[in-house]
Parts: sequence; C-alpha cells; structure tokens
Amino acid sequence: MLLNVHQLTAGYGGEAVIKDISLAVKEHEIFGIIGPNGSGKSTLLKCMYRGLPAESGAIEVEGRPLSAFSNKELAKRIAVLPQHTETTFSYTARQVVELGRYPHQGGWFNNAKAEDKRIVDEAMQETKVEAFADLPMETLSGGEKQRVLLARALAQEPQILLLDEPTNHLDISHQMNLLNTLREWTSSKKITVVAILHDLNMAAMFCDRLMLLHEGQDTGTGKPGAVLKKDKIEQVYSASVQRKSHPAVPSPLITLTPEPGPGMDEAAIDRMEVERSADLVKITSGDYWKTFSSSIIGEGFGWHKVFVNRHVALDYNIDDARQEYIDYMKQKKIDPDEAVGMMTAARLENGRDTRRTIEGADVWVMATAGVSNALDASRAYEQHVPMEIGTINIWIFIDGRLPEAAFAQVMMTATEAKTRALLDRDIKDVVSGTMATGTSTDSLMVAATQKGMHHPYGGTATVLGRHVAKAVYDSVYNALEK
Amino acid sequence: MSLLKNSKPAAYIAAFVFLVASIVVGVSVGSVQVPFFVSAEIIGRTALGLDFPSHLDTTFVNIIKEIRLPRVLLAVLVGAGLAIAGAAFQGLLKNPLADPYTLGVSSGSSLGAVTVLFLGLSIPGLGRFTLPAVSVLFGMITLLLLLGFVKAIERSLSTETIILAGIIFSSFLGSLISLMIALTGDELRQIISWIMGSVAMRGWEYVGLILPFFIVGCLILLWNAKELNALVFGEETAKTLGVNTKVRRMAILAAASIITGSAVAVSGTIGFVGLVIPHLTRLIWGPDHRHLLPLSMLIGGGFLALTDLLARTIIAPTELPIGVITAVAGAPVFGLLLFQQRRLTRQIGKRR
Repeated sequence: MLLNVHQLTAGYGGEAVIKDISLAVKEHEIFGIIGPNGSGKSTLLKCMYRGLPAESGAIEVEGRPLSAFSNKELAKRIAVLPQHTETTFSYTARQVVELGRYPHQGGWFNNAKAEDKRIVDEAMQETKVEAFADLPMETLSGGEKQRVLLARALAQEPQILLLDEPTNHLDISHQMNLLNTLREWTSSKKITVVAILHDLNMAAMFCDRLMLLHEGQDTGTGKPGAVLKKDKIEQVYSASVQRKSHPAVPSPLITLTPEPGPGMDEAAIDRMEVERSADLVKITSGDYWKTFSSSIIGEGFGWHKVFVNRHVALDYNIDDARQEYIDYMKQKKIDPDEAVGMMTAARLENGRDTRRTIEGADVWVMATAGVSNALDASRAYEQHVPMEIGTINIWIFIDGRLPEAAFAQVMMTATEAKTRALLDRDIKDVVSGTMATGTSTDSLMVAATQKGMHHPYGGTATVLGRHVAKAVYDSVYNALEK
Repeated sequence: MSLLKNSKPAAYIAAFVFLVASIVVGVSVGSVQVPFFVSAEIIGRTALGLDFPSHLDTTFVNIIKEIRLPRVLLAVLVGAGLAIAGAAFQGLLKNPLADPYTLGVSSGSSLGAVTVLFLGLSIPGLGRFTLPAVSVLFGMITLLLLLGFVKAIERSLSTETIILAGIIFSSFLGSLISLMIALTGDELRQIISWIMGSVAMRGWEYVGLILPFFIVGCLILLWNAKELNALVFGEETAKTLGVNTKVRRMAILAAASIITGSAVAVSGTIGFVGLVIPHLTRLIWGPDHRHLLPLSMLIGGGFLALTDLLARTIIAPTELPIGVITAVAGAPVFGLLLFQQRRLTRQIGKRR
C-alpha cells in the first residue's frame, strides 16, 4: 500500500474533527473523499500532507511514518493542489510551475538546470498552459490558474497527488478535462490520486474507490456503487435523492429530489383533454407524466405531458421520420420536448380505450390497431417483408407511483395481453399463415403520474398488472373489430 | 528597455553601472568639486590598496579617502541593506507594504541604539560592536513581539493589520526614545539629527561596524531566495513544496533584523528605502527573489548614495538629515501603494 492511515484522530484546539479514520490507498488508483460540509474531508487531507498533526493514530507513506520524512523528501512524494492560491506579487505562470522543482534542487548551486527546464516544460504541456507561460498569474482565469497549479504539482514528480475540491469554481467542461487528465495520469505517470470531491456523480465516475465521511467518521469505503447507496446518502446528506445508472458508463448517478409540492393532484386521468381528428389523436395533460416508451418521439424514459398518435398514409416513407415528425408537431403547435409521438397507418377512429378503476388502481389504455403487417414473432426470421406501417399502438396511463422495474413489468404484461387479443381475433401472420403475435412495428408507452398509490410491481400477479392486462386486452380486441 | 527588462545579465549590468555611477558622483560632488575620472581613479586605487601617484592632488585624495568615500560607502551599505531587508520582509509576509520602517523594526533598533549611546553601555567582549549588536537584538525582539501581537489579533496576518500594528509599535517606541532623550537632557539637535537618519561624519569605523552584519545578513537572505518565492504562496503551500518553513522563516526574519539593526545603529532611522526600492525593482524585473534580492541591493545602495548627496548639497552648507529626504519622497509613495493594494483587494473580492 502506498498511503496508509491507521485509526487517525485529528482536529483543531483539542476538538477532534475526524475520528478513528483508517484507509489504505493503493498505487495508481483514484481515491475519492466525499461527505457533506464539515464532515472532516479537508482535515483528513491536511493530515495526509502533514498540514495538521494527528492527535492519535498514524499515517504511513511507502511504509514509513509521515514524521520520518523531511519536507523535501515528502514533497518529492506528495504534491498538493490547493483549492485556491493567493498571489501577492505578479509571478508568471512559468515561475509558479518552476517552484514545483524546489524539492529536487540543492542549496546554492543547481546542477540540473536543463533537467528542471525539461520537466517544467513537460508539465506545462501536459496541462496545456504553455500559451500563457509568461503571463502574470493574476491575469489568468480560475480554470487557467488551476491548470498552472496542477502543472506545478506535476513538476514535483510526485507519486501521490492530493486535491482539495479541485473542480470548485470550474465549469463542467473544465471539470471533466481535469478529472480526465488525472485519470490518464494514474496510468501514464503512475500517479496515485486522493481527491476531495463535492459532486457525487463526478466522484462516482472518476474514482476507483470512495470514502464517505459523516461527522468525522468513515461510513464506508469501497467502490462507488457500494458506497453511494440511496439510503446512506439520504441519511448523511439529510436530503432526498434518487439513484439511477449513468446512461453511458457503469457508474451510479445520484440526483436530488425536491420536496413534493403542496396538495396531491387527484384523478389525473379524468383531467386529461382528448382531441381527435382524422389524422391525429392528441391527449394533453396539465401535469407531466413519467413515461417509458418505444415511440419515435419521447422514447425511452422521460417526462411528458402531450401524447400524440398520428395517422399517416400507407405509403408513408421518409428517411428521417423523426425529424419529419418534429416538424409536424411544431406545425401543430406541439412542443416536441414535452410530447410522446407515435404513428400508425391504422384508422384512428377505430381506436378503442378502456378505463379500469378498481382495487385502488386507476388505469386507462388507448389502442389503435392495424394488422396488415401482422406477424408471428417466432417465424419473423424467415420473412423479408418490407416494413409497413400497420402497427398496434398502445398507451397505458397509470395514476400511481411506479419504480422503473414496474414500468418494464407493465410493458411485458401489456405485450402478453396484446398477443392474446390477436390470438382471440384469429389474426394470422400473412406470410407463414401461423398465428400472429403482433405486427412488425408495434409501439407501446407506459405513463405514470408518480403520485398517489405506490405500485412496486407490474406483473400479472399484482393488482396493477391484472388491470393493465385486462384493459390492454379489451382495447386491442375491440380495436380489431371492423 | 525590453532588453533591460527581460535579460537577466542586462539587468545586473544596468543595476551595477547605476551603483558605481552613484558612488563616483557621490564622491565627486560637494563643497570641493573633484573631477569624475580623478575620483574614479582614487576609489579604484583605494579599493585595490594601491599607492597614490604624485599627479593626484593630495587634497582630493584626502577628501575622498578620509571623508567622502567612507560616507558614500556607508550610505551604499545602509541603502543596500534596507532594500534587501525590505524585499525579504515583503516576500515573507506576502505584504507589499512591509519594510523595516513600517514594521517598527527600525524603531526597535533605534531604541536599542539610543539606549547604548546615551547610557554609554558597553557589553564586555563586544566592545564597539555593542551598539549594532544591541540594535539588532532590539529590532528582532520588536519584530517577534509585533508578529505575535498580529497573530493574536488574526491568524491570517493580513497586510493592513501588520502595518497598523507596525505603526502602533513605532509610535510607542518613538515615544520611549523621546522620553529617554528628555531625561538625559543632552544636546538635542545632534540626537534628533541622528534619529532622523544620517551618514554624516561617521568615517571608516562605522563602515567596519556595519560590514560584518551586512555580509552575514545578506548571505542568509540570498541563500533563502528560492524559499521566499515559495513562501509568497503561503506557509502551507511552501511546506507542501518541500520548504522547511519553520527554519527558513526564522532565518529570514533574523537576517532581515540583523541588517536593519546594524543599519540603524550606524545611521539612525532612514525610512521607506526598504519599501520603495524593492517595489521599483519588482516592477521592472519581476518578483523572483533570486534576482529581486541582489538587484534591490544594487539599486538601494546607489539610491541612498544619491540621496545622501542631495541631503548635503540641497541647502549647502547646511545638511539635511537623509531620513528627511527619504520620508518626503517615500511617504507619498507608501500612500500610493496602499491605495493600489486596497483597490486590488477590492477587485479580487468582487471577482469572487
């Protein structure tokens, strides 16, 4: 282990700010320290660079106690990136970076001038500050200053880099750049990073391990996924949060949830406005619904308040159907960002809806069904039919609170019910002649108010699942009546 | 100008030429005018310990060797010392307004010197070095008390608090000196002229008195130039950069006090040289202490030699105390710096 902290207690004026902290930082990892204000993060970091003496416990670097190092020896191993820096006199960026060579220089004579210059140049290139090497520090922006200080730390050629909220005062692109650079250095320069981070999501994305401090105590150290548990974060930060997965990388994503607004809205389904015309069914709600859908517009998870099912001709064939749909919505004065949009060649007036308000569940299903391209999913691999817009479009509105898993379960339930309706209507795969399980372009949306009754599951064993299944079955079955 | 600014050898050549020119001019001008080349030759021969050939006027030789040269050299040593001490104080305290005078170190040393002079003290074993030694000691004690006092007020050692405390200390020590003078009832004019600062009528003895202190102090400061660069970024940062801050801080404070104390002992309080010269030098050649310290010395030495020239010629045959001239010129500059400093702090405050 590169850096070991054993049962460290430290503080100011005899009052312990951190209590009994133990940790071991491995080589070439990024170790993050997180926690609310006043939880002792900076105190812990200070102890690591000997800015504050330990009251009890010990810190070791490379197996040697911290106190056994001279300041110079320690500076060759540990560099610190301070939160901000005071500059009384106008030093140029280069002069500041040159200070990083101090621990490597002798007293009166400096015999390695060329070497120092090379390392300073490299460090400045690495953090992209060569351009303002000769500018005074005080003329630089916050992000530029930070990079100069980072170059100074790099010029120390340390094994360990300690950072106190390095992303403070930086905009998000600079934050990403800084953290990306640090991550790269852990492999290219064999540097080990210990950083205090404010942003839990940044910490989760960039740290190999995290320590969550709460009132000076370690509440858990480990992989971000293990440390950033919803319950723990809520307890430590006294705030209501949601945890999800990052959409692009395997890292948890913590989001704050504000306090719910006053007065729960009742009967959201009853207050929806339905507008029908030959080429459009539009449902408008005053509130946003959390939706999960396979539609063209507003696909995936999202929050929407306008739901559009648009009739298109059978020969509708446009390369960029999505853009065309957005243009269509704008023409109809619908904000595409607030809408879920599907399309179908089926006649909209043949659409059917079913409302079920029983056992506390309130479910409303709308379906339009065209089955000219009906097919049997199990035989679909044999077919090479061009995509036609027959399509069964199903909307499921649920007045209740659903976790994301329940959305997926509702989708399964609805798909099974749809298939059963096709079966009972004796719809056949036009090519293979076997029973059809759907059409080649079906679309489905589940929308929930996320207020009121809590439905943890949406399978057919649950109240919600049973009523969704029945409503979908009835709607599709009826819509297929010609 | 840009060559002078950006090339380090050019900077040293320029500063050195300024110093030598000031010495030559200082030595040549006076009630008896000596041609520049003649004085240059006499100075050169004195420095190299050569005999004086017969073509040199013996009056000139005597005036320069026995009266003007020691006087000018004393001014150079005092000026160089105050400037390097000021530069060191400013860097160490991260305070562009600090100098031996504004910090009250000069007053402390004065008190020490006055005590020795007017009580006729002589510490056994030190002999005539009792005067600078006590001066240095009083200056150092004053500085430590001052910093302790400021730290007790606020940990951050802010610019204005230090200066304010320095003024309090100066006034208090000044009144102690006045009290002592009033009690001794000696000839007032001479004392006052000494307090206001003067390098007149001191002779080679005083040059010998300040020289060992000056050399030791300057060597210590030059040895800590890199550390001063780091300390400007705060004690904690300096520490993480590998500076042994405890030792270095004490060494710098001690060295600056040694220089100040010995300068005060031989010339009284000459204010603002330590403030203005480093500031000017920094403005031209940048804040890097590896160059700032030696360049300030060269410029400060030359500056005080010229100031002394002004002091003895401006209303000749009467001499002005040199400290009066530095104060007349320095106090407004100090005010200007304070003004700039406050504006800068406010701007930074706004940006945050």
